[in-house]
Amino acid sequence: MATLTSDLGRRELTLLEKIRGVSWGLVLLVFTAACFGIAVLYSAADGNIQPWAAAQTIRFAIALIPMIGAALLGIRLWFRAAYWAYATALALVAAVDLRGFVGMGARRWIDLGVIQLQPSELMNVALVLGLARSCHTLSNEDVWRIRFLILPAIMVLLPAALVLKQPDLGTAIMLLMTGAVLFFIAGVRLRIFFLMAIAAAAAVPAGWHFLRDYQKNRIYTFLDPESDPLGAGYHILQSKIALGSGGLFGKGFLLGSQSHLSFLPEKQTDFVFTTLAEEFGFVGGLALLALYTLIIGYGFVIAFRCRSHFGRLLGLGIVTNFSLYVFINTAMVMGLIPVVGVPLPLISYGGTAMLAVMFGFGLLLNVGVHGEVRLDRSGASPNVGY
Amino acid sequence: MPAMRREAHRQKLFTRRAAILAGAHATLLAALAGRMYELQVVEADRYAVLADENRISLRLLTPLRGRILDRFGVALADSRQNYQLVIVAEQAGDVAATLDALGGLIEVGETDRRRVLRDVRRKHSFVPIVVRANLSWDEMARVEVAVPELPGVSIDQGVTRHYPFGETAAHVVGYVAAVSEQELDGDPLLELPDFRIGKSGVEKSQDTELRGTAGTSQVEVNAFGRVVRELARVAGKPGQDVVTSLDMTMQEFVTRRCSAEQSVSCVLLDVVTGDVLALVSSPSFDPVPFSTGLSSAMWQDLSNDPRKPLSNKVIAGVYPPGSTFKPVVATAALTAGVLTPETSFTCPGYLELGDATFHCWRHGGHGTLRLRDAIKRSCDVFFYETARRVGIDRLAAMARRFGFGGALGIDIPGERPGLIPSRDWKLATTGTAWSQGETLIAGIGQGSVLATPLQLATMVARLVTGRAVSPRLVRADGLMPTGGDPAPPDFPSLGINPRALALVLDGMNAVVNEQGGTAYAARITEPGFAMGGKSGTSQVRHISEFEREHGVRKARQIPWKERDHALFLAFAPVSAPRYVCATVVEHGGASGGGGSAVAAPICRDVLLEAQRRDPARRVPDHDTVAQFVTPVPPRSVAPAG
Repeated sequence: MATLTSDLGRRELTLLEKIRGVSWGLVLLVFTAACFGIAVLYSAADGNIQPWAAAQTIRFAIALIPMIGAALLGIRLWFRAAYWAYATALALVAAVDLRGFVGMGARRWIDLGVIQLQPSELMNVALVLGLARSCHTLSNEDVWRIRFLILPAIMVLLPAALVLKQPDLGTAIMLLMTGAVLFFIAGVRLRIFFLMAIAAAAAVPAGWHFLRDYQKNRIYTFLDPESDPLGAGYHILQSKIALGSGGLFGKGFLLGSQSHLSFLPEKQTDFVFTTLAEEFGFVGGLALLALYTLIIGYGFVIAFRCRSHFGRLLGLGIVTNFSLYVFINTAMVMGLIPVVGVPLPLISYGGTAMLAVMFGFGLLLNVGVHGEVRLDRSGASPNVGY
Repeated sequence: MPAMRREAHRQKLFTRRAAILAGAHATLLAALAGRMYELQVVEADRYAVLADENRISLRLLTPLRGRILDRFGVALADSRQNYQLVIVAEQAGDVAATLDALGGLIEVGETDRRRVLRDVRRKHSFVPIVVRANLSWDEMARVEVAVPELPGVSIDQGVTRHYPFGETAAHVVGYVAAVSEQELDGDPLLELPDFRIGKSGVEKSQDTELRGTAGTSQVEVNAFGRVVRELARVAGKPGQDVVTSLDMTMQEFVTRRCSAEQSVSCVLLDVVTGDVLALVSSPSFDPVPFSTGLSSAMWQDLSNDPRKPLSNKVIAGVYPPGSTFKPVVATAALTAGVLTPETSFTCPGYLELGDATFHCWRHGGHGTLRLRDAIKRSCDVFFYETARRVGIDRLAAMARRFGFGGALGIDIPGERPGLIPSRDWKLATTGTAWSQGETLIAGIGQGSVLATPLQLATMVARLVTGRAVSPRLVRADGLMPTGGDPAPPDFPSLGINPRALALVLDGMNAVVNEQGGTAYAARITEPGFAMGGKSGTSQVRHISEFEREHGVRKARQIPWKERDHALFLAFAPVSAPRYVCATVVEHGGASGGGGSAVAAPICRDVLLEAQRRDPARRVPDHDTVAQFVTPVPPRSVAPAG
């Protein structure tokens, strides 16, 4: 067994080995969550597969290809491609700033002719890839020194700044937090986190100045949602009414009055969790949370089992990014944090997000498949014996 | 091996940090589950109520307003569907701009525009406001095409009040119009934007019956207020139909007949039931514009017209009754015992009382005459003397028994009480004591005596029946059954000696049917249809001594407003009176003649028509009529001619 293991650590796996190594349980969980999402979209359209459920199904089916592809490629390939992927995503984000078009009051989209892409979603996965490689190459000693962290920090701040300029506060926060978590698990000293926290606190007044009016309003609204029930507080109040009126068991599939009578804003995208929890109640909402918890747990197990530092960082980065989406979105619709435009992964209607999430799961599966593979600082398998 | 150690150390650090991260995840997931529990389990009831308040809206269903019918069921007022253009301010945004855009499609008048803008300020922004009612098909098509570009604008089905007879019955039926602030009485219906309330006539007096009760519809609305579906409906009660006493065929006939004169009040009563069969105040007005919106020019014309088309002169016009008051004076004298049929006075053309001289209308006087001739020839001096003997107290008391000096309680609003002067009244209003001269003037129905045409008709109805007949316009017992009312109202007796009444009626018979009677020229010659009556000409201005000496000017020389009023009261058939007609032609009419010349022919034509129509509608039932009066055998009735 030891020979096999050490052998596995060095050579490229065969395709059959890779397929056998895929965590099909995780795939099943992802598939279940996506089906749940399609059902909710079907209901959000008053029991029609148009305009959302059908398109979402097709996107999910298409997104399975990059997922499986990402899972079956060699992890060394991903290691080598990490910076390229990061650079491509960053170029796309920059391109949006230059020539993207405006949708919903913000410049977030880029038209690639066939599809409209929201590169900031892809940026999340690319950032994890880039940072995982970057931190992998750092030695333990390096991680303790600030000067080695400057480049990775720029890797986080640059896309975050570009995304914030679109303006897309939600994704910018996602990028910053994902980066911070990666630094944390990479072993960056807590002292540095404290320093950064103080710096961030100092930057808050300055940052407030750069926020758009609607973003400031959202924060005011969060602080006192009932002060302006027909204005800025409308969304969050209606969202809470939808959730609360769902009760323990919900109003039943296709029977949510808040979503069907258009009291809910963005019922198919950012507020889709509300649509779900209104119709399926506390039990349904909890079931989805449980599903997410299983997926996150699966991710942790994969990362823990992985022998390469790159794989561990990549796996946990993907899982963290995923769970941040879940936390921010659900906390927002429940009125725990201000309204920020962040989709609910696997459920919300949206092509790029689906693609990005599925691609991320592909990388996570890849880490699982290549759990025994060891990588040295250059990305090659070190020929080390025991 | 340092590399190995380094790797082991790295793994240890990673494991520690990853475990902390996992803990953080678990905490956050637990927090989310806790928050969901709080919202969906702990506070679920509160939010369920809020969700229902969101989606359920209670709407009122306007009940269909009841019809107003004539005695045989002919509709005088009913409600019809129409199409109207409505605007919802909160959806339209800039209402003024929307109205401008609409003005390019259909006509939106300046008054409509002002009204809409005022309503927008006054009402909730989600309440639809009617811009124009009664859209034609053409207008509707033009608006319908443009509706997608005009937010907040829509075409609504509405109900308008329809008056098939227009002005013919306008004073009785009345009209409906938008509810004013003072009329809000807590009925939520009244707060509906296009609800119409009765403003005059039967529409007003019977508004509660006609209105009905509102139904409610519980509807599910979406976030934009659009109705998605109806959840529950409680049907309202439509308004009840109201049956009036009018006979529309008679009403139309009387209207046509009165149109010959400038300003006329004419009322036709059935003395058995008190039913007002026709009530005409001419000129009249069109009731429809009042509910759809009256232009200010129209309003100015109507209210500035000296003939007062908006006023129902039958109940709201007060006139000195003149000689038509003489039957009351005669009855009072006979009842008081100061006069017998044989008592005779001499009329030299005037009567002197103290310093004052009271003139008879006939310059040379009537010579010596008794009651019958005094009524027949309408001698003023005879009634000066009679009134002097009766005294104002007994005269006023008798006048009140006949229905003067107070409202009769007719079931439409606007009735005026008229005036019967008395000592107390004189003292209270002028501070001076009653003088006997005033009693004499009251004896010929002049001076302060004022009466409405309806009071005059009621007086005759009471005279011919001996009962306190009170006129009614609304038949609480519903439609007129074929064969007559089985149980006509049992009016209490006036307690006047039938013999006295018979004597007065006999005099009134002579007025019309004997040569020398003031209205002989207006008698009915058809056998069995003859009428009795009393003429009156009441002064509007004072005749000066100079005029008396130099000859009273002819009517043609006097401005219309200063000419005398011409009055005539009549009953028919004279043998067994069933119908009473009272006619007042303001300022003597076009010809400028007196009561017998101008008003009597109208009474004649109306009563003749009423009697001719009578057998077709009712089974003749003279026995029941006869028991109301002890008719005196007409001595020299001259119906055959």
